Formats: sequence, C-alpha cells, structure tokens
Amino acid sequence: MPYALLAPGLLWLIIFFVAPMITTLSTSLQEGNVDDGFVFTGNVAIYWDALHAYWPQLVRSLVYAGTATVLSLLLGYPLAYYIASRRGRAKNVLLVLVIAPFFTSFLIRTMAWQSILASDGGLLVKVLGWLHLTWLFDAFGNVLQFLHLSPNGEILYSPWAVIWGLTYNFLPFMILPLYTSLDRLDGRLLEAARDLYATPRDTFRFVTWPMSLPGVVSGTLLTFIPAAGDYINSRLLGNTQTVMIGQVIDSQFLRVLDYPLASALSFVLLVLILALVTIYVRKAGTEELV
Amino acid sequence: MATGGMTEDLRLVGISKQFETFTAVHPMDLEVPGGSFFALLGPSGCGKTTTLRMVAGLEEPTGGRILIGEKDITSTKAYQRNVNTVFQSYALFPHMTILDNVAFGLKRRGVKGANAAAQEALDLVQLSQVAGKKPAQLSGGMQQRVALARAIVNRPDVLLLDEPLGALDLKLRRQMQIELKRIQSEVGLTFIHVTHDQEEAMTMADSIAVMNGGRIEQLADPATLYERPASTFVANFLGQSNLLQARINGFGADGVALAQTHGQDVLVAGDNVPDGIQDVWIGVRPEKLRLGEAGRNRLDGVVTDASFTGVATQYLIRMPWGFEVMLVQQNDGSARAQVGENVVVSWDPGHEFVLDQHQAGDAGVGLGDD
Repeated sequence: MPYALLAPGLLWLIIFFVAPMITTLSTSLQEGNVDDGFVFTGNVAIYWDALHAYWPQLVRSLVYAGTATVLSLLLGYPLAYYIASRRGRAKNVLLVLVIAPFFTSFLIRTMAWQSILASDGGLLVKVLGWLHLTWLFDAFGNVLQFLHLSPNGEILYSPWAVIWGLTYNFLPFMILPLYTSLDRLDGRLLEAARDLYATPRDTFRFVTWPMSLPGVVSGTLLTFIPAAGDYINSRLLGNTQTVMIGQVIDSQFLRVLDYPLASALSFVLLVLILALVTIYVRKAGTEELV
Repeated sequence: MATGGMTEDLRLVGISKQFETFTAVHPMDLEVPGGSFFALLGPSGCGKTTTLRMVAGLEEPTGGRILIGEKDITSTKAYQRNVNTVFQSYALFPHMTILDNVAFGLKRRGVKGANAAAQEALDLVQLSQVAGKKPAQLSGGMQQRVALARAIVNRPDVLLLDEPLGALDLKLRRQMQIELKRIQSEVGLTFIHVTHDQEEAMTMADSIAVMNGGRIEQLADPATLYERPASTFVANFLGQSNLLQARINGFGADGVALAQTHGQDVLVAGDNVPDGIQDVWIGVRPEKLRLGEAGRNRLDGVVTDASFTGVATQYLIRMPWGFEVMLVQQNDGSARAQVGENVVVSWDPGHEFVLDQHQAGDAGVGLGDD
C-alpha cells in the first residue's frame, strides 16, 4: 500500500524523464532531413561524429561548470555560514535576499550583466569613472587577458564573463543547501570541540566542514548539473570561442535542424554528467553524509 | 591508568558574570582542592552552570580571576585550558566513530599514541567493544560514558560535569553515580559536578557548594550541610526541615539554651545557637522527631496525614498553633498512629539546628524535589 504513494512521482518520471530519454536515444539513431523525414537506421556512427566535431565544447562546458561550481562554493559557504549564525529577523531578511533574484527572469538577469560589464558605457566602468578609478577596470581586463580568461582584455564577451554569469545565476542553488546543513549544526558540538583543544581552525576542519558535507554535495550538484547544460550565459556573455555544449545542441535542434546530431549530443552530455555525478557522490561517501 | 602526579587546586577569586541586566553570578570566591570530588548544587538559574562554563572558558567572566595552582587562566581560550567538560547533551561528534571522538582532544594537542590512550579510556568506562561504532548507534547511558571517556583521556587539571546524568533514567543514574565515583578515585582528577539533584550531590561529592541566586549559600561536606545548614534555603533545599519560630530566653548550666516556641518551652544545645541572636528558627529534620515521649522536648499535636512507604511512615502532625510538622517514623516495629489521633512529638536537644529568624522560613522549599 505505501508503494501507491510512489505512483504520482513515478508516473511523472516516466512521462517527463524516461520517455523523453528513449525518444532522444531513438532520434539520435535516425537518418534523414526535415523535408523528407527521418528514419531509424541504427546509425551508431553519429556518436563518433558528434564527439569528434564537438569535444572542445563538451570539455569546455564541464570546465566552465566546474569552475563556476567551485567559485559558488567559495562565495556561498561564508555567506551561508553567516546567515546560519544570525538569529530571528536578520536571518529571514538575508534568506529572502538570497532568493530575491529569482523574482526576475533568468534571461533578464543575465542580460543585466551585459550592461554592467560592457566597456562602453557599462555600469561598472561608469561607477569606477565617477570614483576616478577607471584604471581598475582596465587593470582587471589586463589581468584576465594575462590569465587567458579574456582574448583581448575585454571583460564582457570573455570566458571569465561566462563563468561569472554561471556563478552568479546558480549561486542561490549553492547557498540554500549549504545554509540548511549549517543551520542544523548543533552549536554545542562546536563548544565541545573548543573544550577539547580544537583551535577555531581545527573546529572548522574537523567538525563544521565534515558536518556540512551533505550541504556541500547537494549544493555542488545543484550548481554543476544545470551549469554544464546552460546555453544562455555563453551566448549572452561569451564570444565564439566560449561556446558551450548547450549552445551547440540548441542551434543543431532549432537552426540547423539536424535532430539526430542534436539528440546524440544531448545524450552524450547526459551520460557524461551522470558518470561524473556518480563518481563524485561515491567519492564524497554517501554513508558519511547523514 | 595511573594517577597523575600533582593535581592542583582550582581557585576562583571574586569571579562574577553579568548578562546585560541579569547578574548570573555575583562576585564570589571558591576553592576546590586538587583531586577532590566537588559539587555545585542549586536550583535551575542559580548560576552553577554559568560558573562551570567560566571555568571551562566557554563564558567570559565579567570580573574576577580563575587560577589553577598558581597559574592564572582567566584570559586564556577554552582550547588552551587544561580543563575538560562532560556536557549535559554529551555533544558527541555524530560523524566520528566512538574511538575518534575519544581521541579528539589528544589528537588536537598532537599527543602521540592518541588511539591507544583512547582505547584505554574506553576500557575504563567498559565500552572498548563499541570503539568502531557511531554515537547514534549507542544508548543514552553508553553515550554518557563515552562523553566521560572523551574528557578523562586528556587528564585535565579539572574535569567539569554539567548535569551529566540528567537525561538518564533513575536506575541508570544510580548506577552511573557509583561508576563516576569509582572512576574519580581511580584517576585522581579534580571533578566538579554541577547538579540540581541534592541526593546525587550528597552521594558523590566530598564537598558541596550550595548556590542560590548567583551566590554560594554554604560550602561544606554533605553531613555538615544536612545537619548544620547555614541558611533556611539550604535547610529546605537539602531534604525536609521543620522550622519552628522561637525565642532564646537564656542559657542553662549544662550547656543547653532555654527557648520558647509558641508558648512551649524547649531546650536546644547551646553550641547550636548563633551568637547574639534571640529570635531564631529551630530546625528539626523529620527523622529526628519521634512519636511519643522518648525525647526531652515534647509538643502535642494531631495527626492529619499518614503515608506508609514501607521502610518508614511519614506523618503530618498539626501543632496547636496550626503549623504542621513532618515526622518520619522508621518501620522498626513501634506502634503506628492513626489520622486524627492526639499524639506527642518529641526530640532531644542537640538534634536541632538554629538559624537567624531574619530569613524567610520557606526559602528553597519545593526547589529540591525534582
């Protein structure tokens, strides 16, 4: 009888996850064109072609998403820690502020970064101009160029801008699970650690961090998975050298209309992410995450 | 485990703690001899836990100094103090094994052979078989002993116990009291035990400081506290007391004082009467009162309640002036009285304690019952 409770969720999964996966898989093995129609031919070679042609975009997607995830963790952890340490009203206000960006569309928020980072009349360069600090803007661009994170010293339309956009957009998905596990952390355990000769650093390393690992794992997954498939940030904030795999799939499906290739790429991305996530969760040791 | 060489005294000098407008601990002095089992006893909110936390370094004193031996540790951090705590909630690290929990303190200090020492400490609390388990897999009583092992293994100068038995059921609590006492004499460390349970403090501690309202009411060994309470609070908080309003009228030749309570003459031991005080409370413990005329001091009364508990019978006897005294009669074969019966209540001079009548007679009543 309790299994009946699973039915709605299971049905949802079958209709919106299993079925599309099967159609995607089957579409990828078809041949033909939009005018004459597609026929299933079992053309496995398409996967080889897809990987051969688009491996740089695939690798780039994983690297960008991975970097954005690490950045989100570095930015999100102290913030989540701070929020969890507040009491009452301040805590609620801060949590609402974390969620507030969701009141604006993802697309608009990303476009907003165009007008912030633009070198001609962008918000950042204007504000720095008022403060007579324009050199900071240029210096930052130069640093990015030096680090190969910008082709020409421009801040916008650079790999850095794409990674920054991904970090910005997915940061709340990192902060919320981190907050939840840090908020649950029993302050008396921290006192016990202090009492047992643990310096503040030791207390963090041996108690706070391991006890927040469930939050770290769910936060990084919630950030990495959507970031790896994202195609808005690379299109709006990047250049032709920052194309991510989501962007390729998008254009193959909607512009080139090569459905089999687009399906094959989707499937490869799915399998890659599943594999990475499995290894990651295994490594993080799920049984330790209680 | 061998007993550590020198166990140093702990001294609190004028220590106090103020939380915004609330004074948790008024400036007080306290000296705990090294190697002793010391108890801080009092009702909740009396400042005992705050005092303990100041010693642990988890709370910063508003004033005063804390010394271990000659060393002033007032301004040191909790993790720099050679003081460990057994917390009321145990506060075991849930993500670590029992062995890792116990070895935690030693490892943080970089002590070699931490795991072996931790194993030895687990032996001491008879839990070596669960070293590899997680805290959640253990019962409350076992977690309690792990918490004890985790503190003891560090051989602290002072071991603090914050109501460590509060969460255990009565039977387990009695068992752990004996266990704690055994371990304390085995390791020879200074134990400071905070509790609101007077029976627990009396059975375990060498000396007890009774606290009330952020002050120490009396510091003495259990027998003195019980037989010669220094205040009505202590008299009522530790066990039951019958407090009779009386006036000292003079001293007899044989070392007794003549007193009068509600028109009745009674004799009290002269040594028990505080100097220069005439209006007093004469306190007599229920088990010191006897039914019948066996004692020299006699009062008439009517039995209003009798409850038989097996080992004894507890009577409430109303005095002519309306006050009800409590009397405990051992089940030693003597005749029992019935409710409504007119009886004589008696006791011998010297079995009483005498307190200044300026204090409220009901201070501390009912606080020690939980």
